[in-house]
Amino acid sequence: MSVTISPDRTGATRRTLLIAGAAGLGAMLIRIEPAAATPEAMQRLIRQVVGEVPVRKGKVTLDVPALVENGNSVALTIEVESPMTAKDYVKAIHVFNEKNPLPNVVTAHLGPRAGRAKMTTRFRLADTQTITALAEMSDGTFWSASADVIVTLQACLENLD
Amino acid sequence: MARALIKVPPKAKRGEIIEIKTLISHIMETGFRRDNVGKPIPRNIITEFACTYNGEEIFRVDLYPAIAANPFLSFFTVATESGTIAFEWTGDNGFHETGSAKITVE
Repeated sequence: MSVTISPDRTGATRRTLLIAGAAGLGAMLIRIEPAAATPEAMQRLIRQVVGEVPVRKGKVTLDVPALVENGNSVALTIEVESPMTAKDYVKAIHVFNEKNPLPNVVTAHLGPRAGRAKMTTRFRLADTQTITALAEMSDGTFWSASADVIVTLQACLENLD
Repeated sequence: MARALIKVPPKAKRGEIIEIKTLISHIMETGFRRDNVGKPIPRNIITEFACTYNGEEIFRVDLYPAIAANPFLSFFTVATESGTIAFEWTGDNGFHETGSAKITVE
């Protein structure tokens, strides 16, 4: 804040300065939000993706190690049961987490040309948490699977000092 | 210039399901870290990856900061015809990288 203390010229009184100070403090308080996804944030995001459609358990296999030493690179494989024909295929695969700074991990868009609804990538884990994979089918249904991962060395938020 | 590694089987039978693997060198800076004087390090990630088979899109991924540095992706496709499988990565700060591989389908 750059408030010039010159009551003669700007007409700034002690009161207006106090109000300005309080407003500044308020703005600072708003900025101190924890940069972390929460289980609720993940649920909200899942709701955004699926809308009103119920999410059923099953069809999705989520393969992550149960115990991770280094959260900076964790192998993640998602496979969805589907014949992958022109009429019945997996449209999208979403992966969400509860405790990284952002609830998203990855979203893949695929179609009948994939032949097999399976993908692998490597991701980061900021904490011990539950990972959820969600599959969107061509018929509009959603299927999910979850896995618990224990992390010893955390990623994402480590500082460079 | 980022280095990309692509693994596509050079030959396949028609209708065979093949696995494609890609790896690209990229820092994938999350935007949530701070440097040694406490200044936030700006986000610098790859945000999208797309794969086309003779011009037709077969696989596309939205990437988030949760993806590890040097993003690795493996996925599948049906070998339909001989041709080119092309890859495209786009990201922050105008990052853009392409790659391709030839496949012969018998």
